[in-house]
Amino acid sequence: MYAYDEIDRTLVNERVSEFRDQVKRRLSGELTEDEFKILRLQNGVYLQLHAYMFRVAIPYGTLATNQLRALAHVARKYDRGYGHFTTRQNIQFNWIKLAELPDALADLAEVGIHAMQTSGNNMRNVTSDQWAGVAPGEIEDPRIWSELIRQHTTLHPEFSFLPRKFKIAITASDHDRAAIKIHDIGLRLIKNEKGETGFEVLVGGGLGRTPFIAKTIKHFVHGRDILSYIEAILRVYNQYGRRDNIYKARIKILVHELGIEKFSREVEDEWQHIRNSSLQIDDEVIEDIRSRFTYPAYEKLPHMPDELRQAAADPEFEAWRKNSVAPHKVPGYSIVTISLKPTGGPPGDATAEQMDALADLADKYSFGEIRVGHEQNLALPHVAKRDLPALWKALDKLGLATPNVNLITDIIACPGLDYCSLANARSIPIAQELTRRFANHELANLIGRLHINISGCINACGHHHVGHIGILGVEKNGEEVYQITIGGRADENAALGTLIGPGVKFDEVADVVEDIVEAYLALRERPEELFMDTVKRLGVEPFKERVYATR
Amino acid sequence: MPLVNGGKIVDDSFVKLAVDTPLPEGGDILVPAERFLGDAEGLLKRAGKVGVIWPNNRDIAELVPYLGKVAAVALVFPTFRDGRAYSQARLLRERYNYRGEVRATGQVLRDQFVFMLRAGFDAFEVKKQADAEAFMQTAKRYSVFYQPTGDGRITALHRRMQLRHSEGVGT
Repeated sequence: MYAYDEIDRTLVNERVSEFRDQVKRRLSGELTEDEFKILRLQNGVYLQLHAYMFRVAIPYGTLATNQLRALAHVARKYDRGYGHFTTRQNIQFNWIKLAELPDALADLAEVGIHAMQTSGNNMRNVTSDQWAGVAPGEIEDPRIWSELIRQHTTLHPEFSFLPRKFKIAITASDHDRAAIKIHDIGLRLIKNEKGETGFEVLVGGGLGRTPFIAKTIKHFVHGRDILSYIEAILRVYNQYGRRDNIYKARIKILVHELGIEKFSREVEDEWQHIRNSSLQIDDEVIEDIRSRFTYPAYEKLPHMPDELRQAAADPEFEAWRKNSVAPHKVPGYSIVTISLKPTGGPPGDATAEQMDALADLADKYSFGEIRVGHEQNLALPHVAKRDLPALWKALDKLGLATPNVNLITDIIACPGLDYCSLANARSIPIAQELTRRFANHELANLIGRLHINISGCINACGHHHVGHIGILGVEKNGEEVYQITIGGRADENAALGTLIGPGVKFDEVADVVEDIVEAYLALRERPEELFMDTVKRLGVEPFKERVYATR
Repeated sequence: MPLVNGGKIVDDSFVKLAVDTPLPEGGDILVPAERFLGDAEGLLKRAGKVGVIWPNNRDIAELVPYLGKVAAVALVFPTFRDGRAYSQARLLRERYNYRGEVRATGQVLRDQFVFMLRAGFDAFEVKKQADAEAFMQTAKRYSVFYQPTGDGRITALHRRMQLRHSEGVGT
């Protein structure tokens, strides 16, 4: 956990007072809606279909229990009793009143939570691996660097009015859980031959209407230079990024139009001017940030405790354990993923009661820490294996033990037309229907790892391009039509999916997905061949044939 | 439109010229970049200060040969959402060590004052009277800054280092 000091607290409080003043000036008419819009966006406030939506940052996906309780409190006091975890380690509340927002922010500020730059054309919440600091084989905890970059990008005087939004993600594991290749800047933490920490820097990834997988701009940037290198990228982007067309304003378009070689030369030139400046980070500064991350005092515990051995007799427990429990870097401990994808539920939603109860469980079983992942699930990062059976029982009672992590019902979906003013089509009801179709755990398990991502419009908040099966809702002649892609992925081998054919109607989507899955089950060479691998081996044709043969 | 300089509302000594406005005999003038570059020497010879209005899509490096002689550079915010002039201001101050007036023009609103001050602006053509009057109060909104810029304000990272060391002295 990162503990805010007086300096961080002061800044967050100053931000709350500033926003209180801005809301007051808006309500009195002193600020026009046009002027206020940008200010509220920079504080995470959108105007949606039915009400204001409030997006709160959970930097690098790490939450303390008092923070999760504060989110529950906001859900209960200012909203309708629930919140929605997003694909970028944020939580959204959908029914906030403008006049109450400053109070909600003040309540969150008390526990070191804010909503700064969760929207707007500035640097967004810095995201990372939800297993940071606990994943076996990780090079080092990427959150130290995430926090350094979070601070540097917060209220940056030069880059708060960029051509478009700007997202940074960091991973320090071989397996990329942070989806860095679909970010404006992706950082892969590595060591050089001298054993020094640095980053492979990727740039220009992003989804939306023109999706791109990020390209490597520099193979190694030393840790001490990372802020100046990021600043150089941003300065080039701020000056040359397009501002004439909102759909061409992301850095991915600039990188594409200039070409990665020319773009990287521009960045290199700029970087040479600023790398030996006060942006250079000395070890002491890194150590200071590192010292404010606290780690649990792990006990020496057995790998296979009696409690676990006994519980293995219960098939339901075993189904959950095999699905949702992952190895921890410390023997005797596990990482537990908590699925927010119950059958028939909107993906990523949690009620205030669930959040409070989960905070209690995290205090009891996970050293007071909770994580949020981009797949819209939560995790308890430090659970002693002996506690797994008790934890499972408690989670099950809360409806938080659906054993579907990474399976076909672990769906990423945007809020879609049920909430969002940009949407053309519904997303949540499609996800709900699919979770019902594949509710049988045996079947889902037989299918194996398969990610379905759903977006209700071309802006791609549901990451449909990188879903193993991607579903994009569009509007055609006043009707919702869904385009289906297959073969996308968001991990270290990130790829964009391929369209399988003409769009289908709302009530056909689940049938089409069933057809695709049946085709896969018939086509796979062996049960271990994952959906992704079958698509890679055979291409989209056989799936296309299957889906459209009868339509 | 009120001009704020040195934190106060002041009279603007500069007269803005368009590309084709006849040149006044004396007095301080602000000249569009194109006109300035077309006759820099002639303009700089006359009595009165010369400032340049520099668009936000033109490389500020072109102005470097004249920076020792121009009294002011007016940078432009066509809308407050367009942040290119922040980069230009920082380059003027931090790379080219320009010490003359750097003026914010265009849609200059209260809620950008802190960013502008940090980027090196010291004069502000403020759109609304009420915002200009609230300048000093608004400039003090923040006491914590995470990034180093040329404005000399101490960053959070360095303040922490100082605190660490001062705590270390007594123990």
